[in-house]
Amino acid sequence: MAVQSAHPKWTELAVGTAITEPGGARQNRTGDWRSSRPVWKHSECIRCGVCVMFCPEGCIQFNLEVEGYPNADLEYCKGCGICAHECPTACIAMVDEEE
Amino acid sequence: METRVGKETSIAIADAVGLCDADIVAAYPITPQTHIVEHLSELVADGVLDAEFIPVESEHSAISVCCGTSATGARTFTATSSQGLALMHEILFIASALRLPIVMVVANRSLSGPISIWNDHSDIMAERDIGWVQIFAENAQEAQDLTIWAFRLAEDKRVSLPTIVNLDGFILTHMIEPVVVPDKTSVQKFLPIFEPVLRLDVDKPVSIGPVGIPDIYTECRQAQQHNLTQAYGPIVETLGEFAKHFGRQYLPVESYRTEDAEVLLLTMGALSETAMEAVDNRRSRGGRVGLVRLRLWRPFPFEDLYRAVSDIPVLGVMDRAISFGGPIGPVASEIKSAFYHRNHRPNIVEFVAGLGGRDVALADFEKMFDVLLETKETGKIPPPRMVGLRE
Amino acid sequence: MEGLNVFTARLFPKDNHFVSGHRACQGCAEALAVRMVHQILGRNTIVASATGCMEIISSPYPETAWAIPWMHVAFENAAAVASGIESGLKVLMRKGRIPQRRINVVGMAGDGGTADIGLQALSGALERGHNMIYVCYDNEAYMNTGIQRSSSTPFGATTTTSPAGKTSMGQQTWKKNLTMIATAHGIPYVATASPSYPMDLARKVEKASKINGPAYLHIYACCPTGWRMPPEKAIEVGRLAVQCGVFPLFEIVRGKLTITNPISNFRPLKDYLGIQGRFRHLDDATVAEIEKRVQEEYRRLESRQALGY
Repeated sequence: MAVQSAHPKWTELAVGTAITEPGGARQNRTGDWRSSRPVWKHSECIRCGVCVMFCPEGCIQFNLEVEGYPNADLEYCKGCGICAHECPTACIAMVDEEE
Repeated sequence: METRVGKETSIAIADAVGLCDADIVAAYPITPQTHIVEHLSELVADGVLDAEFIPVESEHSAISVCCGTSATGARTFTATSSQGLALMHEILFIASALRLPIVMVVANRSLSGPISIWNDHSDIMAERDIGWVQIFAENAQEAQDLTIWAFRLAEDKRVSLPTIVNLDGFILTHMIEPVVVPDKTSVQKFLPIFEPVLRLDVDKPVSIGPVGIPDIYTECRQAQQHNLTQAYGPIVETLGEFAKHFGRQYLPVESYRTEDAEVLLLTMGALSETAMEAVDNRRSRGGRVGLVRLRLWRPFPFEDLYRAVSDIPVLGVMDRAISFGGPIGPVASEIKSAFYHRNHRPNIVEFVAGLGGRDVALADFEKMFDVLLETKETGKIPPPRMVGLRE
Repeated sequence: MEGLNVFTARLFPKDNHFVSGHRACQGCAEALAVRMVHQILGRNTIVASATGCMEIISSPYPETAWAIPWMHVAFENAAAVASGIESGLKVLMRKGRIPQRRINVVGMAGDGGTADIGLQALSGALERGHNMIYVCYDNEAYMNTGIQRSSSTPFGATTTTSPAGKTSMGQQTWKKNLTMIATAHGIPYVATASPSYPMDLARKVEKASKINGPAYLHIYACCPTGWRMPPEKAIEVGRLAVQCGVFPLFEIVRGKLTITNPISNFRPLKDYLGIQGRFRHLDDATVAEIEKRVQEEYRRLESRQALGY
């Protein structure tokens, strides 16, 4: 299904203004809301997955950058800090984004 | 084989829903709609109709359930009246915006207060702008036929809009009349299996009913306006199809003895039958009066109205509801606005009649014709009047 | 962490059906709970959502965060719409018009959409016995409209319509007991859950999905914005809620209650209240009064559990 325009003509709307592209919110990069970002210290990470599970954005995954380790997709990470707060080994630091 | 039987209009409607193989009936009881849904629940209980009968806890939930069922692709029917319709109000707009082809029969009844279970058109006139196709039946035959037709029209992919069939509470819902009932096979030939334009399908996920930010809301509304206005074509076409299948032709606007008429009266619903009798009586005494029966209310059939009224100088409009504090009759104000830009504008005389079950007898129509003929003579438009009001 | 090995986190299903890019506030535990619920329920699920935070943050046209079929009609009717979807699927499967398969039908709303404006539609749907799951995501106020009190707002919390002031210490009423209202309908499954206890939540969602008939899930959902607290503590506060007895985790299977995360010694309530700005104004006497009531209610659950019904 083609991506629906954000500025459609009235003739371009799907029936009933339905959204026909599932999960299209992925186009919405919420990462630019962030003022700090999580940084993993791999030497202390036990790869338990707690950060993955508790991320409200669902944007932390394993193997994004370094094989076997979790990382946040900064396109979406809003910098809430839950991962750092919940990490059982405190291996995640929230680092301020530079202006 | 079609059969000719005498039956109550409500039963005829319920049987029609059965003939249409509705998948879902969701309804909450309200006088005078009850016989329709009672009989439908019997049809389901007896295995005559293979449907889910959902006995909801309110009309608000009735129409909400219908939104859900229709979005799965199930043929969906509900019926209500008066306060029940008013309770649905919020959701009625959404059902049309989401293009869900629900069919609803409204047993027209007055609105509280004071509470009144009797007939007028207050309920439906308050729902003028909900974006549904709205049509009025005059008798049991028509109520049955328009119910069958409503599914065909609503589910037509070019239309895909919810549709209301109006009929007058008690004076039509509870009337026993002769009805020609089609057989199931011919109904099935007329009404194909419902294939929705979009449905809730786990294999093809869609999000229905998203947030309309200011950037798109105007476009959504234009799409809706266009869609309902353009439904006129399919309406005429499917009414023609109905005539081909069943031999009974219904038009958006019907005229009765308008040839050489000097004045016309416009009516909607079951009182049109009394009005026709009144026309006959007056004609038999040489009065050149005629009748225009407005069947289709939304989309408004402008061209049919112009043809029906032609160049006749005086048009009376009989409203069955009041627009408080504004132009008194909601239908009359629509008719006036329809003629505003026309070269020929009839003098329009407003009557409000039959509120809350007040009888409108032949004598009342006689009086209305008197007023219309007098207007024709004097050229002076009398103020709106409440027919039968004690003063 | 539920007394389980932290590595169990890796067992949590990975497929997201409520995807990144949604517009929930930082640290929104409700968005997290929604994601978790749908990770468990999987792709064969259809959602009817009430108006509210989760609706607006997930569906501004043309971007939806939903990768499964989703429908929003209005505020107070999520249960009715869900019951319609369930009935529609049922009749179409029976008539062979769509393939026979098990589809989870979910009605979802916040606490306002459940405890207040949607209570009637919920009661109707539960009473009619539809095979559906209703999830109340309880963030204890109308957050979407700006933190107004609901009947699910806890005693003492300050909101924009139950503000603490010279003559008021915030919300004057006790939280409406929705789980017991749901239970009173005699439905087969009722449970409380919290995203702070993901494995417990997962087990309950799975149970709700497998049981025939209506299931009611009441999920604790911290709103850092409305509760005036740092977003990173959104999970911690959920743990404290359980440990202090404020939000006990239990399930009621065909009327039989089991506390799934029993507390032997309550943590002091101050630990829970203290990290939330909405309770900052409370004096010690009020905290003690709340604590007494919270613990009494917990004991009532224990009594019911002991009685075996």
